[in-house]
Amino acid sequence: MSNHEERVDVVIIGSGASGAAVAWSLADTRMRILCLEQGEWTKPNEYPSTTRDWETRHFTEFSISPNRRARDTDYPINERNSPIAIANFNGVGGGTILYNAHFPRFHPSDFRVRTLDGVADDWPIDYETLEPYYDENDRMMGVSGLAGDPAYPPKLELMKPVPLGKAGQTLGNGFNELGWHWWPSDAAVATEPYDGRAQCINLSACTSGCAQGAKASTDVTYWPHAVRAGVELRTRARVSQIVADENDMATGVVYFDEDGVEHFQPAEVVILACNGVGTPRVLLNSTSGRFPNGLANRSGLVGKNLMFHPYASIQGIFDQPLDGPRGPGVCIWSQEFYETDLSRGHVRGFTYEINRGRGPVSTAYTGVFSGRVPWGKEHHHHYRGMVDRMTGMVAICEDLPEESNTVTIDDELVDSDGIPCPKIDYTLSENSRKMLDFSVERATEVLKAAGAHDIITEAPIAGGGWHLMGTARMGTDPERSVVNEWGRSHDVRNLFIVDGSLFVTSAGVNPTRTIGALALYVADSMKKRLATLFD
Amino acid sequence: MNDSLIAADRFDPQLRVTLAALLDTMIPADEEYKTPSAGTDDIVNDVIRSLHEDASTTLEEFLTRLNDQATTRFEDLDLDSRWQIFTEIQHLEAQALRALSAVLLQCYYRNDDVLKSLGMEARAPFPVGNEVEQGDWSLLDPVKSRGSFYREV
Repeated sequence: MSNHEERVDVVIIGSGASGAAVAWSLADTRMRILCLEQGEWTKPNEYPSTTRDWETRHFTEFSISPNRRARDTDYPINERNSPIAIANFNGVGGGTILYNAHFPRFHPSDFRVRTLDGVADDWPIDYETLEPYYDENDRMMGVSGLAGDPAYPPKLELMKPVPLGKAGQTLGNGFNELGWHWWPSDAAVATEPYDGRAQCINLSACTSGCAQGAKASTDVTYWPHAVRAGVELRTRARVSQIVADENDMATGVVYFDEDGVEHFQPAEVVILACNGVGTPRVLLNSTSGRFPNGLANRSGLVGKNLMFHPYASIQGIFDQPLDGPRGPGVCIWSQEFYETDLSRGHVRGFTYEINRGRGPVSTAYTGVFSGRVPWGKEHHHHYRGMVDRMTGMVAICEDLPEESNTVTIDDELVDSDGIPCPKIDYTLSENSRKMLDFSVERATEVLKAAGAHDIITEAPIAGGGWHLMGTARMGTDPERSVVNEWGRSHDVRNLFIVDGSLFVTSAGVNPTRTIGALALYVADSMKKRLATLFD
Repeated sequence: MNDSLIAADRFDPQLRVTLAALLDTMIPADEEYKTPSAGTDDIVNDVIRSLHEDASTTLEEFLTRLNDQATTRFEDLDLDSRWQIFTEIQHLEAQALRALSAVLLQCYYRNDDVLKSLGMEARAPFPVGNEVEQGDWSLLDPVKSRGSFYREV
């Protein structure tokens, strides 16, 4: 080993939604905490919204696809055997840098899927257990929303909701026409100055990073507090494996620095926070005589039960001008079809998330490639019938866990440090297919009720693998789960996992708020047991 | 010399003229909407600059084949004749045209003159931002009157 670093108490791998939260929470223990992040800090003035070609940069250097983005700090992913491609970001803040900041909580029923609907498994914890951590995470991230959503138990209200705009009002009328639920979305967006962050000014570009700092990415929420509290965040440090001894205890991690130099970082505790693909990648790459199939994998479940949220996109074209891309990407949601009703032909359900509209380039792509905007003399006339006149929604469908949906290690693919890379094998289930079809049909009714004269659909969204869950699930049975009910590995008692890999089921909502709450819950569980943490 | 001119210099000069004619065929100027042709210098240079090197080679090969379609060079034809050839090759050259189309749309719809013709401000979103109306919150009254419906556990 080239460089043996000074021992720390805790090493956290990954600085995104979960790594930042667990680092901040553990900081008050006064332990020596180090976070290793393979990417870098993103400077606000580098975000696309600071430049004229903001919209096209979203498709290139700030693409959600690591394979297209292909930065030095990214790792390639073999996703050829999946109808849904992976979306992520590797840098301080992780996926929160490019997420849309749609910030729903899970529902109480989401933790009891087996009991209520006879499918998948129940979580080993419930909504009440997580509720105080949801609240704490909300305060740290800064959440806007409107109290009183009838689809949820009462929850903390911090800031006024994001504006409805023309899109929200148009589709709100559509939902009202049908008598269906809708509500302003909870958003991880500061609608007023919050914790040193400026308020949202409707830049239009949440999903390529917020130059204003209004969007709650963890580089501007948790990390400034964690660093001030003494946590060290080391960037351009890409972990290749976790090392364990003959007593099945992790001794530290091996990582490569920016210059490709290998280091060994000893630690008393190792915490994985690399998302549902990165975490199994590290574990499966950490083989040894005692763990020939990957570290903490005696259950054989590391990398299995991969869940995305299959998404449908249903967009309408209206006669009247709407908002275009202006405004935060989040707007309103509907949970009319959230819970199981078997008469719909599928089990479990989904949320509709209403977006705003599209920018001029995205509108042109949609128009031309769907055959609605021709080339030639008629181009301008048809384009003007679409630009600023589109809005609609996505349906985010609950994905049920299946062991055949996996993250494994590709036989050939390696990153720039020579570390083997992930391979995704994923098949859309019959239940998901039926749910997607149902969601498209109902959304079409909403759009027509709202006045749309033309509707464009895509299901599943091919590039929509934003949510990576289930690949190191929590549970009380070591044969049916990778970590216990508070995030500690069943096999390696000083190894913890805090990211979306923990999820037992996916719910029909975005996972980031729950990931943050889970990380705080695991951290608190550790703090309560510090004297007996490894027993 | 800016990036655009450097990239334009690398592209075969004669084929650059063909490209301009092709782009003008795909998106011609329109007097009613006051929109420029996609064959204007700024947009052609932006397209060439935005192509990856391999895509640039592929495009040059495609433009060469395009010139082979008629007895005279493509750019020497009038618009109607160019349009006829373009419609004939659309299916045969679908792959090459799709790649070019993506770059063209990106470059055309970020052009200042095009954005102005659409009534949009040609500027970065930050730091000025945008106005979005709050909206009529009384629209929620029917939803509120329905009452709570989340599933009890």
